[in-house]
Amino acid sequence: MSARVGVVTFPGSLDDGDAARAVRVAGGEAVRLWHGDSSLHGVDAVVLPGGFSYGDYLRTGAIARFAPVMESIIDGARGGLPVLGICNGFQILCEAHLLPGALTRNSHLHFRNRDQWLRVSATNTAWTNSFESDQDVLIPLKSGEGRYVADQATLDELAANGRIVATYQRGNPNGSERDIAGVTNEAGNVVGLMPHPEHAIEALTGPSLDGLGFFTSILKHLAGASA
Amino acid sequence: MTTQSDTASSEADEASLPAQVSYDNLDGPDTVERAGATSDELQPFAELGLRDDEYERIRGILDRRPTQSELAMYSIMWSEHCSYKSSKVHLRQFSEKAPPNDRMLAGIGENAGVIQITDELAVTFKVESHNHPSFVEPYQGAATGVGGIVRDILAMGARPIAVMDPLRFGAADHEDTARVLPGVVAGIGGYGNSLGLPNVGGEVVFDPTYQGNPLVNALCLGVLPVNRLQKKDAAGPGNIVVLMGAKTGRDGIGGVSVLASATFDDGSEARRPAVQVGDPFTEKLLIEACLELYDANLVVGIQDLGGAGLTCALTETAASAGTGMRVWLERVPLREQSMDPHEILASESQERMLLIVKPEQLDEVLAVADKWGVLATAIGEVTPSEVSGLPGRLRITWRDHLVVDVPPASLVDDGPVYARPMREPSDLILLQADRAETLPRPANPDDLRATLLRMIASPNLCDKSWVTEQFDRYVLGNTVLAQPEDAGVIRIDEESGLGVALSVDGNGRYTRLDPYNGAKLALAESYRNVAVSGAKPVAVTNCLNFGSPEDPAVMWQFAEAVRGLADGCLELGIPVTGGNVSFYNQTGAAAIHPTPVVGVLGVIDNVADRVPIGFAQPATGDGDLIFLLGETANELSGSEWAWVTHEHLGGVPPKVDLAKEKALAELLAEASRVGHLSAAHDVSDGGLAQALVEACLRNTVGARIALPEDFSAGSMPFVYLFSESAGRVVVSVPRGHEKAFTGLCAEQGVPWTPIGVTDGNNGALDIRGQFSVPLEELREAHTSTMPRLFGA
Repeated sequence: MSARVGVVTFPGSLDDGDAARAVRVAGGEAVRLWHGDSSLHGVDAVVLPGGFSYGDYLRTGAIARFAPVMESIIDGARGGLPVLGICNGFQILCEAHLLPGALTRNSHLHFRNRDQWLRVSATNTAWTNSFESDQDVLIPLKSGEGRYVADQATLDELAANGRIVATYQRGNPNGSERDIAGVTNEAGNVVGLMPHPEHAIEALTGPSLDGLGFFTSILKHLAGASA
Repeated sequence: MTTQSDTASSEADEASLPAQVSYDNLDGPDTVERAGATSDELQPFAELGLRDDEYERIRGILDRRPTQSELAMYSIMWSEHCSYKSSKVHLRQFSEKAPPNDRMLAGIGENAGVIQITDELAVTFKVESHNHPSFVEPYQGAATGVGGIVRDILAMGARPIAVMDPLRFGAADHEDTARVLPGVVAGIGGYGNSLGLPNVGGEVVFDPTYQGNPLVNALCLGVLPVNRLQKKDAAGPGNIVVLMGAKTGRDGIGGVSVLASATFDDGSEARRPAVQVGDPFTEKLLIEACLELYDANLVVGIQDLGGAGLTCALTETAASAGTGMRVWLERVPLREQSMDPHEILASESQERMLLIVKPEQLDEVLAVADKWGVLATAIGEVTPSEVSGLPGRLRITWRDHLVVDVPPASLVDDGPVYARPMREPSDLILLQADRAETLPRPANPDDLRATLLRMIASPNLCDKSWVTEQFDRYVLGNTVLAQPEDAGVIRIDEESGLGVALSVDGNGRYTRLDPYNGAKLALAESYRNVAVSGAKPVAVTNCLNFGSPEDPAVMWQFAEAVRGLADGCLELGIPVTGGNVSFYNQTGAAAIHPTPVVGVLGVIDNVADRVPIGFAQPATGDGDLIFLLGETANELSGSEWAWVTHEHLGGVPPKVDLAKEKALAELLAEASRVGHLSAAHDVSDGGLAQALVEACLRNTVGARIALPEDFSAGSMPFVYLFSESAGRVVVSVPRGHEKAFTGLCAEQGVPWTPIGVTDGNNGALDIRGQFSVPLEELREAHTSTMPRLFGA
């Protein structure tokens, strides 16, 4: 039986369909979860997709963090449930304090969509175990508030403990501290990533197939956990 | 035309009308009864844009003076923007000359044209203008332009799946462009990105002609199952009229009548309240709610609220079905409680749809709206088309006061129609005589090299990533090609690979020099761009941006352009499915260049066959062979070269031969299907030089070019590189395919010229015997202009 990966739809979620497709292409079963339903329907892992949840008019992710489904996800994540937050999902995870730091307005103040080189620097998380250490991958980035910030002590701690999951290469596209594109929690089950791996899973529609690695990683992780 | 106004004549309606109109409050709304009693009261019709004779006609229809609300409604519906009163007599040609087509499920007059592409699926697309609001308030003007066109597509029953934006600004280095462009781009991104719609193409054009009047056009593409096609008919007396979406506020009042139907002057800033404010989040929810309602078969009729707001939606749905309608205006949820009835009727608040639903399904409809967190309110009901032998009327009350009582069709179908005077612009003969072919040209290879670098860095030809990076092109996961490709290609069916291709093009300079052929050239370019991607062009939409129709010279340009476009579509065998006219694009007495923007939609059976513009990195060994398809003539008038190097506009634009374009398109479709092409790029603005530079830079693959030596029209290499002759495409053909490919060219009668090979190792564009430029030097020139002008 293939692993069941939940994909949450908040009002204003946009890449939920893409995330579900990526789960399927990787070989998993995508289960759609609804923001107002606190049940996780027995999924083995959760993806919080990109978009503008609740319009993001207050502060990105600030309202989504209080959705009924998030209460269950926050509880689950603390108990080891693998959670990947992509873009808006990353912002929500920070607002939910599952990940440290915050995502703020790009330093150049523009939304920016470009194919971005990343270096995957932590390969021991539930979502990155398929990558080689320090593997460079090409993944679309598309965000207006993608600049990762945290206090120096937090940044030092992230760096020291191998919790910086990915860094921007060949130029920092948004002014992120220490070129951070993604981070993980101490346990490695929760990962936030600003670029969009779900848009790099098919040669026809993406700049590479590199994004698939995040989704095959979780299936590998779950297979290992159940074995 | 009925002039009956006796409110008691409708028995069926009587119970729902106030028994007695109250005059307790004399400051209350202007009622029908009061209008009947004070027929000589002076009304500000001229300020609302109505002419004396138009006002008299309204009085004739009603057999009394209109109430304040009715006057507002007629002024809106009879405005140029809503009634097409100046353009109607010309636009008819799009229908009259339309080639026979059994795939068109909805055409001109609907919210958007619908084309069936398989037994089960149809696509719909349309382009519209939001020019004036975008100059007054660039961010919101552009944002709500996207929102408006998306609702048009939604109203047809389709899921919106992509957008495109043809944009035209004043001189790139003008201070006002620095204000308008960043706002417009951010607004399009802010709205479209938040809706989750990939932006897959468009145009960014600079020309001083647009200095005081930028053109912000927006195109949306949608897809629907054939059996989900929606109508706007308010059919079925007793059915409920539901307003769904955002609350109604004071924003956008007078948008179409004030902004879109008049010329700009010094008072433009005072019109800012006439620009609407967008809320993409609400629109996203509205889209999902509508689609869920369609799929559950809960909608009898639907119409979006755009320009002219509730007035337009109520009258069009009733007129379309031939029914009457009864509306309780105080039920409309308001953002500002102090709004008067005429303001509620005129408001252009965004993110609203009007639904006609069955009474027994009302609760289900409201439940779906509630699921998505969208406000939905029953505000009225459909009444019979005939009562006591009299046609059904639209009756609107406001807190028990009857404020509107009109025949709905009188607003929609009986507006004025003008055959405006036309006259060829007096300067046209002299302008056409001033040919660019006689201008001084680069004298030697060094000059030619410098010209190339200057051209590719010029505002119109430079890299536009600064703009397009602000748009999401990936969302929905079906974008196969997006800008800077010639056409956007969207996968429709993940199983079969079926997809559609879209392009929008226009060239105001060509149309200024020759509106008839200029319009055909815009059509030809858009058609070619779709063909280059490997798709078969099937339908056309257009946005006709012109100056004031009251200027006979503008009207002549308009008539010629429409005639050219209609003739062109007939020759190519593809129908115009819809579009939009934007008049009054001028500042004071100076009209913009006439600018028809033409969108062409194509179908590609399998998106895996799509052909990109960039030369491919060769796997091993020899590079691909490069061919120039079509013929190059000494045609430089209206060209980018003439403008960039001489600031010259004169002569006649390149010749256009649509039979040749058609043959070229058929060749490209076949060649892409059988895999003869590794790249194909349209040759247009900036000529062959620009096409080669873009093809090289796309994947950083160089090329060695040897221009033919049998050219006879003088200055051979220069003309080859910078002429803008139509009907040309650069292609690269993998080794081993060249014989079959040239055989196919011969079969289709398309002239081909081998001009070189791609070169993955050299890293330069080399023009034999002339010059060589390293790709990095080309890239630096091509990409540095926009950041220099508009910041990092």
